[in-house]
Amino acid sequence: MKFLYLPALMAGGIMAAQCAVAQDFVIRGATVHTASAKGTLKNIDVVVRGGIIVAIGSDAGTSGAVIDAKGKELTPGLFGGLTDIGLEEIAAEAQTVDSTLNLKSPAWDQQWRPELDVTVAYNPRSFVVPITRIEGVTWTVLVPSAEDSIIGGQGSAVVLDGRYNAALSGSRSLFIQMGAAGAKVAGGTRAAEYMLLEQAIHEAHAPGPIGQGALLHAAGREALTRYLSGGRVVVQVDRAADILSVVTFAERNGMKPVILGGDEAWLVAKELATANVPVILDPLNDLPTDFDRLGATLENAARLQRAGVRIAFSSGDTPQARLIRQLAGNAVAHGLPWESALAAITSTPADIFGLGATHGRIAVGQSADLVLWSGDPLEVTTLADQVWIAGRPVEMKSRQTELRDRYVEKVKAHQAR
Amino acid sequence: MNLLSRIVLLSSVACAVSGALASEPFPSTYQVPISSPVLIQGATVLTGTGERLDGTDVLIANGRIQAIGKGLAAPGDARIVDAKGKWVTPGLIDIHSHLGVYASPAVKGLDDGNEATAPVTSNVWAEHSVWPQDPGFETALEGGITTMQILPGSANLIGGRSVVVKNVQGVTYQAMKFPGAVYGLKMACGENPKRVYGEKHQAPSTRMGNVAGYRQAFADAQDYQQQWDKYNRELSEFSKKKAERADGGAKKSKDKDAAADKELTPPSPPKRDLKLETLAEVMKGNIRVHMHCYRSDEMATMLDVADEFGFKIVAFHHAVEAYKIADRLADKGVCAAMWADWWGFKMEAYDGVQENLAIVDFPERSCAIVHSDSADGIQRLNQEAAKAMAHGQRAGLTVAPERAIRWLTANPAKSLGLQDQIGTLEAGKGADVVIWNGNPFSVYALAEQVFIDGALRFDRAHPASKPRSDFLLGRHIAEAL
Repeated sequence: MKFLYLPALMAGGIMAAQCAVAQDFVIRGATVHTASAKGTLKNIDVVVRGGIIVAIGSDAGTSGAVIDAKGKELTPGLFGGLTDIGLEEIAAEAQTVDSTLNLKSPAWDQQWRPELDVTVAYNPRSFVVPITRIEGVTWTVLVPSAEDSIIGGQGSAVVLDGRYNAALSGSRSLFIQMGAAGAKVAGGTRAAEYMLLEQAIHEAHAPGPIGQGALLHAAGREALTRYLSGGRVVVQVDRAADILSVVTFAERNGMKPVILGGDEAWLVAKELATANVPVILDPLNDLPTDFDRLGATLENAARLQRAGVRIAFSSGDTPQARLIRQLAGNAVAHGLPWESALAAITSTPADIFGLGATHGRIAVGQSADLVLWSGDPLEVTTLADQVWIAGRPVEMKSRQTELRDRYVEKVKAHQAR
Repeated sequence: MNLLSRIVLLSSVACAVSGALASEPFPSTYQVPISSPVLIQGATVLTGTGERLDGTDVLIANGRIQAIGKGLAAPGDARIVDAKGKWVTPGLIDIHSHLGVYASPAVKGLDDGNEATAPVTSNVWAEHSVWPQDPGFETALEGGITTMQILPGSANLIGGRSVVVKNVQGVTYQAMKFPGAVYGLKMACGENPKRVYGEKHQAPSTRMGNVAGYRQAFADAQDYQQQWDKYNRELSEFSKKKAERADGGAKKSKDKDAAADKELTPPSPPKRDLKLETLAEVMKGNIRVHMHCYRSDEMATMLDVADEFGFKIVAFHHAVEAYKIADRLADKGVCAAMWADWWGFKMEAYDGVQENLAIVDFPERSCAIVHSDSADGIQRLNQEAAKAMAHGQRAGLTVAPERAIRWLTANPAKSLGLQDQIGTLEAGKGADVVIWNGNPFSVYALAEQVFIDGALRFDRAHPASKPRSDFLLGRHIAEAL
């Protein structure tokens, strides 16, 4: 405890006065995992000014506060995966959930609402935000879903520093549910997913209003059209055959697909690499939990990486988005190179969502979203000592640390082991 | 009392007890396989008794731990495992699994975990839902799991009996069933029962309805037991009288004897009620209560309910708020089986903290357990413990590996009443042993060899030899395009 608390306290102390504005400082002497082509740099200084990384080097920049980080490891702020952070407080309490559209329309009378963008419902005051960010997770991508349509709507990346305008521009994406889960709302067969998509695309391209039985409103046609000329479409799908069908369909219709899930993606790794289609997966999925995932294996990530497929990680779990490092560490234990695992929770997802120039790496010109760790960042026994977002230190507290502090004192006072 | 009446009385007692003790329906067919001795040399051994022994050997033979020490001699036919740099622990025990009852694939045809048709179903037994071909058993084995308790789900106030199995491949569950393990009873607090039945517009729909439900069920079981006690008394009376007549009969005339015999009718036994029979066994201490309960106030309520009816809750499962009553649980000798960090998915899980295990572990006589409740989590119980250690450490509650391993071994064994057979590495105990490629409290740690009763059940170096569910046969043919 003595040792672990020190750096956090020091950093907190140094930063205490400047809550509102990004500060100029240098993090000195850390082992810096850049998540870039430069790899890991030992005993390096990272200089931050105005919320931006301005220099990386030896003894660089001495103005501003100094954070001694010798023996510590520094990474970019982590990606929390595709979640509903800020859209969902308690999954089982519907009144606290804003991620899911349910128009209660039957399959034969579907209404597709691609114009829905859940980003507007994001609540930066959610308790989940501090609980997640003190574990080193600085951004996530918000995922909409719909109960009676395979089109979930749109969502953006948000930065988890508590700001109201949290969306990162250029990251907005369209979300589609395919596979067996999609078939359930598309009329019982996965073939109908393509049938309905074809219909929607025809409507989007149609010159005038559509008559009865239309899937889309005017706003929906406009929204969908934006994705038919190189827009990023995240498609949740696991079965190898479905993955290939989705890639073919998306390319034929001008969409830029991202595979989400992809439990069987390793079976079509070569095709995905050739098509340059990235996969966002949960590397812990190894059970045939349904007939779309009979090929699930702990080696999915390593096999995709070896084949040259770009991979990022996501558990899709909102309250447990903070466990993203555990996914990466396990992928390493099952054959993924360590640097690729770090990239899968930093730079690769940033690239996938169009944020690579400003987020996801420790590089000059990037937003100073940084995490200083007590040890190997992918190790489950390592914890974040200090997190910065856009150059501002995060207060390393949450509702959970306050609960902890209240009851730890109680049990210590009662009796010692 | 003569010999005959004594025999009658004994058998009637056995009748009344039934289930857990009597005729033993669905007996285990598991047999310890014959395997050659194994000497594991030079490992870091976490014994599960609280000790860490570096550079130490473990000798396994005849299904049991024979010796632990430095420089042990190997019997002639022993296989030697060079374990320098490796760690050895007891086999891991998960007391909250739904493998087999909520199997993969999660299709309707295999959805057998919750008999959610009545709030009290103490008559159902989880073993009758276990599908031994669930591929989750083999992935759990790769994570070092050697024993697990499979429970019914938590839809009901009283969900039914659990079954303890060894994680060995079997065509029937009886071939996996842990010989001699007593049954557990799954009970559930809070949101799940009140939601499931509230949505059906029947009781319980509130927490007070939940408590009324447990109490009425046990009150009914008390009444049931009294009927059996009464029957047993009458049977005993009857036997006694019959014996007396038999003794005296020799002196009396034949006619009189026949007339008197007519007056003596044996009492008829009460009808067996499988629901109440299980609860009666709980109150006699023959079945161990494992209770799904998140909130500290509800755990306290249930401790009082247990006191009212004279049974013991051996463990609260999930116990997300156990840290708020850590002292009380330790004082009562009740275990808490917990996740490292699950929280927030429902209101009663809202106060989860990552220090729960470390705080619950802190008081003297505590019994902290890591459980999974998940086909994924069960593969990485060691990592769950590791995360809890790190958060405990940051809160000033340091837990050394030799203590933390008890969360996965000795403590769960105790909660199952199997502490004399498994859970620690001590001479004479069953040889459930895991060899890890390093410190198991690491994300990079992998179980290399897993022994159950001395037999090597998983060997990472020989993937072809690992168990494979019937369900997965053919998969590789389909994949090889």
